[in-house]
This record gives sequence, C-alpha cells and structure tokens, in this order.
Amino acid sequence: MATTSTPPVEHRPTASQITLRVNGAAHRLTVDHRTTVLDALREHLGLIGAKKGCDHGQCGACTVLIDGHRINSCLTLAVAADGAQITTVEGLSDGEQPHPLQRAFLDHDGFQCGYCTPGQLCSAIGVLAEAADGHPSHVTPLPGTGSGAPPPGSPVPLTSSEIRERMSGNLCRCGAYTNIVDAIEEVAP
Amino acid sequence: MSHPEPGAPLGRLEGQLKVTGAARYAAEYTPRGTAYAWPVPATIARGTVTAVHDTDALAMPGALAVLSHHNAPRVTPADDPVLSVLQNAHVPHRGWYVALAIAESLEAARGMAAALHIDYAADEHDVVLTEGHARLYEPELANGGHPARREHGDFDAAYASAAVRVDATYTMAAQHNHPMEPHASTAEWDGDRLTVYDSNQGSTKVRDALATLFELRPEQVTVVSEHVGGGFGSKGTPRPQVVLAAMAARQLRRPVKLALPRNQLAAVVGHRAPTVQRLRIGADRKGGISALGHEIITHTSTVREFVEQAATPSRTMYTAPNSRTTHQVAALDVPTPSWMRAPGEASGMYALESAMDELAVALGMDPVELRVRNDPAIEPDTGKPFSSRHLVECLREGARRFGWEERDPRPRSRREGSLLIGTGVASATYPVLVSPSMAEACTVPGGGYRVRVNATDIGTGARTVLAQVAADALGVPVDHVLIDIGRSDLPAAPLAGGSSGTASWGWAVHHACRRLRALVMEAGGAETPTTTLRAFADTSGEADAESPYARHAFGAHFAEVAVDADTGETRVRRLLGVYAAGRILNSRTGHSQFIGGMVMGLGMALLEGSTMDPSFGDFAERDLASYHVPTCADTPAMEAHWIDEDDRHLNPMGSKGIGEIGIVGTAAAIGNAVHHATGVRLRELPMTPDKVLAHLN
Amino acid sequence: MRPFGYVRADDVETAIATVATEPDARFLGGGTNLVDLMKLGVERPGLLVDVSRLPLTGIDPVGDGKLRIGANVRNSDLAAHPLIRARYPVLSQALLAGASGQLRNAATTGGNLLQRTRCLYFQDVSKPCNKRAPGSGCPAREGIHRDLAVLGHSEHCVATNPSDLAVALAALDASVVLRGPDGERTVAATAFHRLPADLPERDTVIAHDELLTAVELPAPPPGRSAYRKARDRASYAFALASVAAVLDVQGGTVREVRLAFGGLAHKPWRATVAEQALLGAPATEESFRHAADAELAAARPLRDNGFKVPLARNLAVRVLASLADANHMPQLGS
Repeated sequence: MATTSTPPVEHRPTASQITLRVNGAAHRLTVDHRTTVLDALREHLGLIGAKKGCDHGQCGACTVLIDGHRINSCLTLAVAADGAQITTVEGLSDGEQPHPLQRAFLDHDGFQCGYCTPGQLCSAIGVLAEAADGHPSHVTPLPGTGSGAPPPGSPVPLTSSEIRERMSGNLCRCGAYTNIVDAIEEVAP
Repeated sequence: MSHPEPGAPLGRLEGQLKVTGAARYAAEYTPRGTAYAWPVPATIARGTVTAVHDTDALAMPGALAVLSHHNAPRVTPADDPVLSVLQNAHVPHRGWYVALAIAESLEAARGMAAALHIDYAADEHDVVLTEGHARLYEPELANGGHPARREHGDFDAAYASAAVRVDATYTMAAQHNHPMEPHASTAEWDGDRLTVYDSNQGSTKVRDALATLFELRPEQVTVVSEHVGGGFGSKGTPRPQVVLAAMAARQLRRPVKLALPRNQLAAVVGHRAPTVQRLRIGADRKGGISALGHEIITHTSTVREFVEQAATPSRTMYTAPNSRTTHQVAALDVPTPSWMRAPGEASGMYALESAMDELAVALGMDPVELRVRNDPAIEPDTGKPFSSRHLVECLREGARRFGWEERDPRPRSRREGSLLIGTGVASATYPVLVSPSMAEACTVPGGGYRVRVNATDIGTGARTVLAQVAADALGVPVDHVLIDIGRSDLPAAPLAGGSSGTASWGWAVHHACRRLRALVMEAGGAETPTTTLRAFADTSGEADAESPYARHAFGAHFAEVAVDADTGETRVRRLLGVYAAGRILNSRTGHSQFIGGMVMGLGMALLEGSTMDPSFGDFAERDLASYHVPTCADTPAMEAHWIDEDDRHLNPMGSKGIGEIGIVGTAAAIGNAVHHATGVRLRELPMTPDKVLAHLN
Repeated sequence: MRPFGYVRADDVETAIATVATEPDARFLGGGTNLVDLMKLGVERPGLLVDVSRLPLTGIDPVGDGKLRIGANVRNSDLAAHPLIRARYPVLSQALLAGASGQLRNAATTGGNLLQRTRCLYFQDVSKPCNKRAPGSGCPAREGIHRDLAVLGHSEHCVATNPSDLAVALAALDASVVLRGPDGERTVAATAFHRLPADLPERDTVIAHDELLTAVELPAPPPGRSAYRKARDRASYAFALASVAAVLDVQGGTVREVRLAFGGLAHKPWRATVAEQALLGAPATEESFRHAADAELAAARPLRDNGFKVPLARNLAVRVLASLADANHMPQLGS
C-alpha cells in the first residue's frame, strides 16, 4: 500500500513512498506521482535497459513485464505500480547464462542500433507466455472456423504471421523485423 | 576465433551489451547533481517573442531556471544557424525553440514548460509549397554540392520529336527520420572543459560546432557517443539539444540532461522535404531514351537553404543524349529540411523509376528490358567511365530469383477474392562517397592490438566491421583487435552518413594497421613486442582525391503487393533486393542494412508522410501514432542478395556504401506493383487507403 | 503535467465519494489514455483516484443468457475469454484489432470506452479545440481532418471516437453500468457515447462522479458476427473506418441484422437505417450495398475524408456478405 510521506503541496501530497520489486530486488523509493515506471527505472534506479522512444505508448521501446504481463512502462505511473513485480531486460538472463531469446537475437542479428531491443525482448517474452496461455491475436482463426483454429484456451501456435502481428507494438526503425521474427520463431515451441 | 574470411558474418561486438540492456545511450548518463531540461517550442509560425512570463513556472516545486533569449548564454554562430537557439526573439517557424525549462526532476521540468506563458507578435506566414509558388527560385547548388541545373543536348527538341513520351508529375509529402532514440544530450562542465554525452552520427563534428559556439578550443570539448539509437540523417549534424544542454549546464553550473520529446522532433531535427517532380521521357519505339527531363520543386526554411537533390540520379542512371535536370526551391516559414536516408536518391528515384515504368507500359515493353536497353557505358552527366556498374546483373539476378518471367504484364490480371495482386520492379543507385579520416593503431602490452578512430555506430555495425578491416590489414584474428570508437578525443573522423562511414574510417584504419604491421615486422615480428608500437594514418588528400571514375552502387528492387479493392489497403507481400555495392565487408550486418533500408522504403511507399498544416505552420503528424512507420506486421518476406564486385577504384577494402541504397527505388517498385495490381497509376506518396480507394471506385 | 494527489481506492463507494467531492479528481484505470493525455497537458487532474485494483474483474453469466463484464477486465483478457471468443466473436475481433499487445494488457474495459478522440487538434494544447477548450473553435473542420467524422458531426466538432470495442458493443446491444453516489444506472451502449452537437466537450453521458463499473452483454444474437477494420498500416493503427455486424440468414433471407460503423462519427454509429432496409430482404450483395448506401446517405464528408463513405460501404458489404456465406475473408499480406 502506498503511504504518503511528502508534505502536502497545496492541499494534497504529490509524492508517495512505494516499493517496486524489480528483477527480484525490492526497491523502496519516494516518487513524485507524475513519475512513470519507465522514469523510475531509468532515473531513480539506474536501470537503463527499458528505453524511452516516444513516452506515449506508441513505440514499445519501454516494454517491461509487470506481474508477468508485458506493458508500456511509459504509461504506467510508478505509484500505481506500488508492490508490483517488474522484470526488465536486465533481469532476463540467468546469471551469466543469457535467456534463449537474447541468444536468438544475437544469432539472427535481430537489431541494429539496439534502442528498441530491450522492449522487443520483453515483448517477445510476453508473446511466448500469452500464446502458451491460449491468448488469441488479430490473426488467430476463431474457434469453429476450421482452418486450424486452436480450441479456446489451448496454446496458439506461433506462426510467423502470429509473431508479426503480436510484435507490432514494438517499432524498429532500423527495420530488423524479419530477423526479429526469425529469432522468436527459433525460441517458440 | 580464427582469422575470418573477408566479409565474414561476424556478430556485432556490442551485441551482448545491447541484448542485456547494458549499452548506454546519451540520455543514460546521470552524473551526480544532474538537472533535467524540457524545451519549449514556439506556437506561432512566424513572428517575435514579446514576453516570457516565467513566474508560475519558477514557482513550481523543483524549478531551477528558465532560459530564453533574455538570459541564455550568447554563442558564436556556427556554420549551421539552426544551432543559434535562444539568441534573439525571432521565430522563423512553429516549433523553433523559444525557451528551456530546467528543474531537479524530469517531471518538474515538463511541468514548468507547460506553465510557461509566452507572448508573441505573430506575422503572416507562408508554409504551403505549390507548383507555382511566387517564392520559387533556382539555387546555385543543391545538397551535396550538386549544380542545381544540368543540361545536355537539346532536351526540348528531342522530347518534342520522340516517338513515345511520358510526362508525369510525382508528389511526395514530407517524411521524418524518427530514429527510435530521440535526440538527447547530457552536458557537464568542469571549469572551461565541456563533456557532453550526445546522440549523433559523428561526434568530431559536434565537438567542433560546440567549440565554435562556446569559443573553446576543440580539445576543451569531449563528445561521447558510444551507442546511438539510429539517426537516418537526422543526427548527421549537431542538433539544438546539444547546444541547449551545454548552455543550461553552464548557466546552472551542474550537469543537465535533455532528451527531446518525440512530438517535437519534426520541427527541429530536419525532415525529407516534400517534392513535386516532373518527369518527361522521350524514347524511340524500341525503348531507346533520347530525352530525359527531371525537374524538382521543393521547399526549404528561412533559416537555412537546403535543397533536396532529387534530380541527381537522373544524371547517372540511363543513357539520355538530351537531358535537363533542375531544382527549384521556395524558402517558406517551415522547419528546416535536412538529410533523411538517401537524400536526393530516395525521392528522385521514386519519380524516375515510376516514370520508367510508365514508359515501359507505353512501349508495351518489359520494364526490366527497358532498363537494360538504356544502361549507359559511361556516366551520362560527366562522361566518366564507371568504376564498376552491375545494374543489369542486379536486374537479371533479381528477376530470376523473384520469378519475374512468370509475370503476366497485363494490369489487374491477378485477383484473389477482393485482393488485387501485382508485381513491380525498380532500379536503385547510390553514389560512393568518402571523406578523409584519421585513425591510430598500436600494440597492446601483453598481446593484441588497439585501434582508435572516432567512428560512430548508429546501428550499422561499424564497430564490428572496422575490427574486421583492422584484423585483415594486420593479418591477425579479429579477437586480437580492440576497437575504440564513439568519442571525440579519438582520432578525428567524419560522420556516419552518406553511406560513407565504413569506407572513410576503414581506409584510415587499414592504413594505420598496415603501417603498424610493418613496424611489428621491423621489430622482429613478435606478436607481443616489449615496447608499444604505434602507427597513425590520415587519409586527407587521398580519400578526397578527385576520381577519374564515376563511382556508384547499383541495385534492383522487386515487389509484390496485394491491394484490397474494397478498402484501398495496400500491403506488401514480398520484397527482394539485389545489390552491386563493391565488396560486402560483413555479410550479416550488411544484409541487415539492406533489409532495413527496404523496410524504410516500404514505409515511404505506403505509410509515411506528414501534412503541413496551412493555418498553424507545423507538420500535423508529429508522433508515432499519427506518423506511421512500418510495424512488424507490415514487413513481409524480405530478401537481400548481392553480386560480388571487384572494384579497384574505391578504397583499400573495395567497398561501396550500403546504408542507403536499400531505400532507393523501393517505393517505386511498390508503386509500380500497385499499378500492375490495379491498373491505376498513383503519382503521390504515401499510397494510403484514401488515395488508393479514390482511384478504385 | 502539474503535480497531483493520488489515492488508491479500497472499494467502489469510497472511490465514487472521493471523486464526487473533488471537482478536479479523475478515476485512474489502466492509464493508457489518461496518462498519455496528462503528459500532453490535455488532462490536468488535481487528484487521481486509482480504481485499477478494485475487484471489477469478473466475466460472469447473470441470467437470461446475459454476461456481465467487470470494468477492470483487461482488453486482452476479455478478447481471450472462451465465452467471448465462442459466443461474441465480433467483440473479441474488435478488441484484438485495437492498439498493441502491451496496451491491451493494461487497458481496461471501462477505460477503453472512455478514451478520448485522437483528433490532432484535441491533443495539441497550443491550438484551439472546442472539445478541450469549449468555445475556442474547431480548426479541424478546415484543417487536417482525413481521419475525422463524416456522420453526425456539428459545426463545433468533427472528432471521431477511436474505440473498436465500443463499435462491437453497439452492434451487440450491450449496455453500460454506471455507478454514482446515488446508485447505479444502466445505459444502452448506443446511448452511452454522444454526438457532439453544441457540447463537444462531452464524449459520453457519464457524470463526473459516476464510475463505469461493468458492461452487460445480452444473450448472443442468432446468426454470426464479425468485425473488420480498415487502417493505414497492418497493425497498431486507429480505424479509418470499421464495421461490426451480426447477421442471421434463414432461407436466403435476412432474419436479423445489427450493423455498426466505427471511425465515422463522434460515437459508434449504429446503422439503423441499413438494418431496417435489410430485415426480410434477400441476403445478397446487392441488398447489402443498397442498405449501406441508405445509411451513408446521411454522410456529410469534409474536404479530405470523402473516401470514408465508399470505404464504409465496401466494408459493410464485405462483412455482411462474408457472414451470409461461410467463406472467410482472405488475409492481406498472407
């Protein structure tokens, strides 16, 4: 629960003390209510992996996992994420062992400038989990329509067209998309 | 790691840093005591700032200062007047920076900016480019130092008497670079020494500009640009953020961080200027071109003349004994245009290669054959021989791989339900540019070599390919080479732009490494000499020597599109490029560069374009929700291939640039495919559903 | 953004009571639109009452075949729910046609319906806009308006509603549950969003102190349903126009039809004229075209958005025809 700590400006506190659990470590910090999770990570916690590309949910560079779900951290207020479990790109590898997606991005040259890459990686992890949970996408056939429609709730096979649609919330101006799709296809079940 | 073959697909040396989030970009340095800045753009299209009311802003918690022309440090004008920010009250266009809010936190700075009240005296403005605009004039030079006008033979007579003629005008909206990393700087002063972490395509140039602006010696300024999140031309020159950050840091005597908000970029980091291009081609019935006219109308700002050199590819591409290529520009009250990936070629080849398709249709001739038929033996404009030219081979190889032979040339001949399917082809070209560079190589105590050059890796793989060039020149495995780039205190080097980076830096690296290798040999050839051996190279006078050859890369693009006849939605199904660009120095990163250019070309064809708002004088689509760049779902099966070229007239590596040619001609190939699919010739980019549908119904 | 207060609501009543006493308070759900607009300076709340953790997360049958969807159900969860997927495909398709995976994971059902227009003038506080600053004027009418309204606009506002979900709900005869200090009321989805008329600042009929707590779907209508959205790029873009349709055909005749357009008006546009024309008519492309034309006869396109009229007509014909015969629409780019 957020507890207010800063003296009121006008008649209400405009900052709160919160706890963010990032990559397994709890961080207690006082945040201006205006602070987004993205800015809390980058400017308060020194975790620069999540990137600011647009600051308005229009590019996906800031994608992190909150309680296991991929979201745009630029549109999430830190105070509203009090107590949440956050995973950033810095938390993907298992010690020295890179996550298979990180390895696949390297193998397939799934990036150029690298600025969208942390968001692509976190998003791809979300995609793998969502598909495994049976979450459909815009290109998933509806049940009862034949043509390989997965039964509701069963895992959705990640074809390249599924990956392309599901990864469309992560812009890459260098145009590494085909390599990104190849990398995710390699890791997808 | 063994000694790799030239062109080996070596993985990016900084790849591990990029996939773990450890690579640090300009806004990711936070020296102790860093303050945050937020820029304030003008909200009039032309006029004067009459008052800056900062009381409310300065009363906000965390507020530190407001800079405006009233109190900002004076700077000495540099070459580029867009850097002279906050120096006077004049507003040359909407979005020009008129103030800077600085606070203890990012949130507070943003809040201050919103609380600033600025009064203006607005003047009448003129922002819309039209074909008959009263302010149009013919400049002396277009961008790149190209003459605005070139004429050969008698174009008018040859065109008038040609058996088959095409006369078509193509228009393109302004386009925006939008690298994923917005322009950002973190500046810190230590007495009279300035250090900035800046996002740019060449930090030697940024250092020199800052030295001029703040009246410092270059060695008093260090610009660090270790990782750069793309630029596509918009970071090729220093941009206002670096000046503002340095001003603020000086004023406040503490480090200041400034990352430009995405929706301000369109006004302050350049754009690809809109163009109106008239193409006239006259040919005989066998397709031989006798007359070629390519006339450009474009805009620039009142701040600086920048003329998109869109007619220049027509001086190189095809045999045309009679030709006229011209540029006209109007200086309007608009943001200053600048470089965007393949300036000149991207725009110009859209028009030329669309017109070539129109000519092929008029002749009833295969568009590949038409291009082959007009392949010149020497460069038409200069009369120089080509150092190498394999356009025909690219077209043939592309046609073979794409399955071009199976194509039914009749428009609207393939339909799948409501989808109209078509294919198209276009040529690509980009000049070989190269600039002098310095580089240093030395032995490292304990073994190995260190190479130092102020190259910039904006995503091209420069770090990696330079290590390969160095290893090749030293004759050692690539993992024996440490490479330092991305700092202005390294040996001075030109920018990553004009597809010239690798050639320019690599040339100097090659020379330095060859000299070092000779020193090592002289010293007995030991891999780990007891004293540090050091070699330096400066390619001035060599890299910039006039070549007796016309040097260009060439390529061919093939596209397949599906146009929804009900909605006008056009999606690309296949894109294939074949390039002849000298020696490809790293097949992995090279392939990525080609593909990346093609993706941007896809955006140019179908998605990208902003509208100049006549009332307000700004580009209406300024964010990434309204200015559409391609998403993953827009990018289809893509292939990039290349033809090995052995060209001895380039540089020691035998390379041509590859960063830009992927975008050149892609939009035309897609537009030609749309014509093949629908029978409709759209002559306006981008080909959004509203435009396509208007012609289908 | 100016500094603001923040409280996390523990229950619905307290949340509503808090907002009721604070004129500058706003409910915070997923934040995907509100935080965006706060950064732009369009929304300037003094207090955020965070309702995102209230237990309004059920998707529950409530008798008569009805389904009640809590306002905090995330767009992605709603689209994936087996009952929605099987019985209300138009709803699942509409949700999945909107935004991105990340945004759908954060955006709530209630928030989706309350999102504001993406009119570029509304989003730019340096320019006039009657919706944002009543009385300041509407530059879109003569300015940049390719994406804006062709139906039901007024001299004061030509904005469009950007929600895909709302279009499907309009076609499904859903209703919206609003809870205020004095209790709960239920509003038909078609009556929830407004036309601009001379109050363009009001997108919906919700009051300041009302919380959208649920959406109710009636039993699935007979027949089949589908959503189709036309957009500039293949994904992650707002609709140029969209169609939600429910169609029941018996013996070649239209027995029941519901049709709604998105991207054409200040609200999801329920096409009642077209529906009337189709009831009892043969289920043919000709009927569908005739009906769509009849509906769109009311269109008053602006200078640059006339394409939306044939676009909407073609979409409607396509969707209805595809529902009439079991064939599926081909996938672009496949």
